[in-house]
Amino acid sequence: MSRATLRTDRLIGSAVSHAFLLLGAAFILLPFVWMLLTSIRPASEVFTAGFNPIPSRLAAGINYSEALSKSPLLQYMLNGVLVCAGILIIQLLVAIPGGYALAKLSFRAQPVIFGLVLFGLTVPVQVTALPIYIALAKLNLLNTYFAIMLPFFLSVFGIFLFRQFFKSFPQEIIHAARLDGFTELEIIIRIITPSAVPAIAAFAVFSITSHWNDLYWPLIVTTSADHATPPLGMMIFRDQETGSNYGALMAGAAIITAPLILVFLFAQRQFVRGITMTGVK
Amino acid sequence: MTVALKIGRVSASRNAQLRAEAAAGYAFVTPALILIMVLLIAPIVVVLLLSLTDYQLGALEWSWVGLANYSDMLGDRIFLRSLSNTFIYVAIVVPGSVVLGLVVAILVQERTKSKAIYQTIFFLPVTTTLIAMSVVWHFLLNPSLGPITSLTRALGLGEFDVFGDPDLVLVGLAVIGIWQLVGFNMILFLAGLTAIPRDLYDAADIDGADGAWDRFARVTWPMLGPTTLFVVVTTTITAFRVFDTVAVITRGNPQGRSDVLLYTLYKVGFQDFNMGPASAMTIAFLVFVLVIALAQAFFIDRRTHY
Repeated sequence: MSRATLRTDRLIGSAVSHAFLLLGAAFILLPFVWMLLTSIRPASEVFTAGFNPIPSRLAAGINYSEALSKSPLLQYMLNGVLVCAGILIIQLLVAIPGGYALAKLSFRAQPVIFGLVLFGLTVPVQVTALPIYIALAKLNLLNTYFAIMLPFFLSVFGIFLFRQFFKSFPQEIIHAARLDGFTELEIIIRIITPSAVPAIAAFAVFSITSHWNDLYWPLIVTTSADHATPPLGMMIFRDQETGSNYGALMAGAAIITAPLILVFLFAQRQFVRGITMTGVK
Repeated sequence: MTVALKIGRVSASRNAQLRAEAAAGYAFVTPALILIMVLLIAPIVVVLLLSLTDYQLGALEWSWVGLANYSDMLGDRIFLRSLSNTFIYVAIVVPGSVVLGLVVAILVQERTKSKAIYQTIFFLPVTTTLIAMSVVWHFLLNPSLGPITSLTRALGLGEFDVFGDPDLVLVGLAVIGIWQLVGFNMILFLAGLTAIPRDLYDAADIDGADGAWDRFARVTWPMLGPTTLFVVVTTTITAFRVFDTVAVITRGNPQGRSDVLLYTLYKVGFQDFNMGPASAMTIAFLVFVLVIALAQAFFIDRRTHY
């Protein structure tokens, strides 16, 4: 093959690949763009928007303030923050010592417990939902933050992740610390946990995105807006609007999706790592 | 004598050390173990037992009904419909998002300047709240005011009521599923691609594989085997658990053509509070998930033999 045809081949290849990627990117971005455009569009233009995508005048103020006044969006987001923070703290308090014990300390029941963790990795929350719901109902704990958080206090994935992470921690350092008179608890607090900051960051991203976005469990245990997390709040908002005010609805969707998107854009590397961690084995 | 004493002392302290280590091990693992028992093992046992009863939430009396819930389930139209709808959904989403994820990963990998921006764009849906974006998709595909309708109308294709048409509804939901998963799969494939040694391509070049397709067929695809298997399994499990889009957009309509397994389970268990039948469905769901996980373990295990 001559050099010239090779170069044209490459040029055509590059053009085709760009065309495909641009088309794909347009498909991915379409709902985001439409959400933002509609959220700043005056209500009178929503019906004709298909032909004039760019709004003739801005109605962002009206739409966003209506979204915030018609539904307690900020309350939903505060609920989301509380629930995610509560879940993450307990998960870390359980998973870091548990992971350390499974990775670095030898005791008779260790293989059995690790087996349970591996089994737990395959069990989705929908499997355990019924009994946990019944228990919460019997204890009169439905419609509480505790109910929304409870099933997720256990993250077998977190235990597994920290166990794998600690496995490669040098045994000599732990040994030296013991000779220096460190108790096992001090080793966890002062040596192991600081070394695990990258793993904690990645796990935090994973945990927060999962629970900020989760609908199934909050939908089951909360019926009121008081404790609703953002996805549930979005559903309540949509149902009360019943399609009358798309501007405000899209403004609401933009407000609810904004925090995670902003975090993603500013901390992309950690974010991608955290989300795809399930793929790193 | 003194040597023996010393060894005795050393092994005694070694024993003490081992005992201390075991004690610490049990102490640290106890919170995790308690939660595993309370939130994982006990609920699974209870679901298994409930599936053999006619228990209804709030009812004072209940009785054992043996396997009646299971035989009812296997004859239940709604359950069978949900199952087949779920399978159809999986059958569209898995190939769609895996193939697109792979193609995008290969194309993005070759870009230099625009690589980062494409990666960001394709990953965006993975991070966003699917419920909010489902509301947006519902609006986009709205047959009277959605922009896509204006487009198809302008092109002379007529109007599509995607979520109101029994034959289109699963396709519409699957498009959203693919939209959300492509970026996730792209990242996994990108990780697999960077692990392929460059000299394999050079070697293939020398062997006369100079076209892009040749390089793909001879090097990329075989080397991506484990990654592809992993992507297929995770995508299958994710697609099998489809719930959000159905709950927000279609609620099983029209005519039950978008009833999927988890949505039906949700309705039977948490709206009608029929715990017996819902438990039987939960067990069926667990069996499916375990089968997929076992298949993965089996394939990965087999791979290590060559």
